[in-house]
Amino acid sequence: MKKEKQIREFKLEPVIFYTVNTVLMALVIIVMLYPFWNTVAVSFNDAQDSLRGGITFWPRKFSTYSYQTVFKNELLSTAVVNSVLRTLIATVLGVFVASLIGFVLSREEFVWKKFTTAYFLVTMYVSAGLIPTYFLVKSLHLLNNFWVYILPGLVSVFNVIIIKSYMQSLPESLVEAAKVDGAGYGRCFIQIVLPCCKPVLATIALWCAVGAWNSWFDTFLYCSGEESLTTLQYEMMKLLSSAMNSSAQRDGASMYGQGNVSMVTPTSMRAAVTVVASVPILAVYPFLQKYFVSGVTLGAVKG
Amino acid sequence: MIIPCMIFTFIFSYWPLRGWIMAFQNFKPSKGYLGSKFVGLDQFRFLFSDITFWQSLRNTLAMSVLNLIFGTVFAIVFAMLLNEIQHMWFKKIVQTISYLPHFLSWVIVCSLISDMLSSSGGTVNNVLMAMGIIDKPVLWLGQQKYFWWINTFGNVWKEMGWNSIIYIAAMAGIDQSLYEAAEIDGANRYQKMLHVTLPGIRSTIVVILIMNVGWILNAGFELPYLLGRGLVLDVSETIDIFVLTYGINSGNYSLATAAGIFKSVISIVLVASTNWIANKLGENALM
Repeated sequence: MKKEKQIREFKLEPVIFYTVNTVLMALVIIVMLYPFWNTVAVSFNDAQDSLRGGITFWPRKFSTYSYQTVFKNELLSTAVVNSVLRTLIATVLGVFVASLIGFVLSREEFVWKKFTTAYFLVTMYVSAGLIPTYFLVKSLHLLNNFWVYILPGLVSVFNVIIIKSYMQSLPESLVEAAKVDGAGYGRCFIQIVLPCCKPVLATIALWCAVGAWNSWFDTFLYCSGEESLTTLQYEMMKLLSSAMNSSAQRDGASMYGQGNVSMVTPTSMRAAVTVVASVPILAVYPFLQKYFVSGVTLGAVKG
Repeated sequence: MIIPCMIFTFIFSYWPLRGWIMAFQNFKPSKGYLGSKFVGLDQFRFLFSDITFWQSLRNTLAMSVLNLIFGTVFAIVFAMLLNEIQHMWFKKIVQTISYLPHFLSWVIVCSLISDMLSSSGGTVNNVLMAMGIIDKPVLWLGQQKYFWWINTFGNVWKEMGWNSIIYIAAMAGIDQSLYEAAEIDGANRYQKMLHVTLPGIRSTIVVILIMNVGWILNAGFELPYLLGRGLVLDVSETIDIFVLTYGINSGNYSLATAAGIFKSVISIVLVASTNWIANKLGENALM
């Protein structure tokens, strides 16, 4: 439609509009990308050289020493392992549990459907708050325990609702046909319904993974006393705090520098950890884009 | 099969609710919920006479309202401009990149913000100085008057692309014949944007806005906590931070729980009523 119009009559106005719009969008790209890009450049630059400032798009004096320090450091390697572990477990369990509940709630013949749905929905709006939850975790002996990363957030009602409404949109005859052929609910769920839900499962998996990978507060609150349970984002938070308190500028380096302080600076360490802590997700999300876009739309309709 | 899940939810979502008793007690962890002394509404009385609490309530509301206004406006304008791009590949690239900050954690976003705003060689200061708007670096993060705006634009930066998804989807649902009709009537591009696109997504905007009003006491905890240091504490402390500092750091569990309940109850009322309004207004508002 728009093309036809352009051919029909050439005017100056559309040209101006598209130029301005393109420039604006290019500006958006720069603003969105530059802070991260700049950090990548700093992380690959020689630490002492970075102190002179003026690193913008490309490293001036290429060096991978910051990364070597990150991966050689025991605390940070532990953090990477913990972050990966918690992300994997939380994603697999989270997707499984959400789709299981979603499946049960999507069955028309389930007798207590109304009550059960309400039961789960309430938890979305009513939460006990920080302090009572803290005491609960304490009384369950989950303080300084790896499972505190997985268990409290395992049932995400929001995800349940999205999966449920997706399953309700599947044709009812799918499950009925399988039942006529003698499949139980378990088989229906695993062999018929789940394979049909791949797009929505991909969305939920991405959200679970992002949530688990990006959280630092639970480490801070529940596991700060146990170094072997530290996570990447929590280490990042510590680096940020010491950078914010300018009097403690050197702490970052001496914390991780392993003696050779002059080779790494707090800034270069922070840049390298930033990249390590964000690249896994940034590498994945563009490929799942078409799935999560539909997931967001579905979530807004139902949520 | 659903029974274990329900029990699980009970443990982690319903069971901690009994902790609300704490707010009516002088709670000592060593004595537990049963042994602690009941003090009635004293904790609430104390809370409402605490100036820090009112300050954090004010900060929460201010930052929420700013987020709501700017977050929505930027997302809508971005979605509308994106909608006008003709080359699919360019549109796709812009869109993909605009989601990028959403996937970064707040810790990383705050770290990037503090780098960008740094008074020694931060990009924002450099650019402004090069353009001649300021002549010496501004200490952005150390001054109270800037903090709310940093919070607002931090949120805009992180969530603009993500929030625009829903509006872009709504625009895709607008009937193409409306544009053709408008064109026949002689409408130009801006008139079409203003009189076809905007009304087309109006119901979506209204519903999203109303639902967000329900969450107004959740101003976001992470950015104010991570970037609010020293001098700016007076304007950066939100209710969530109040709960954290009083409860976990100084062990005043009862008072912190009272503040938490205050927030929860208001939120529940707001969310319930806004959801009700949204349902009334827009049965078919969203697609």
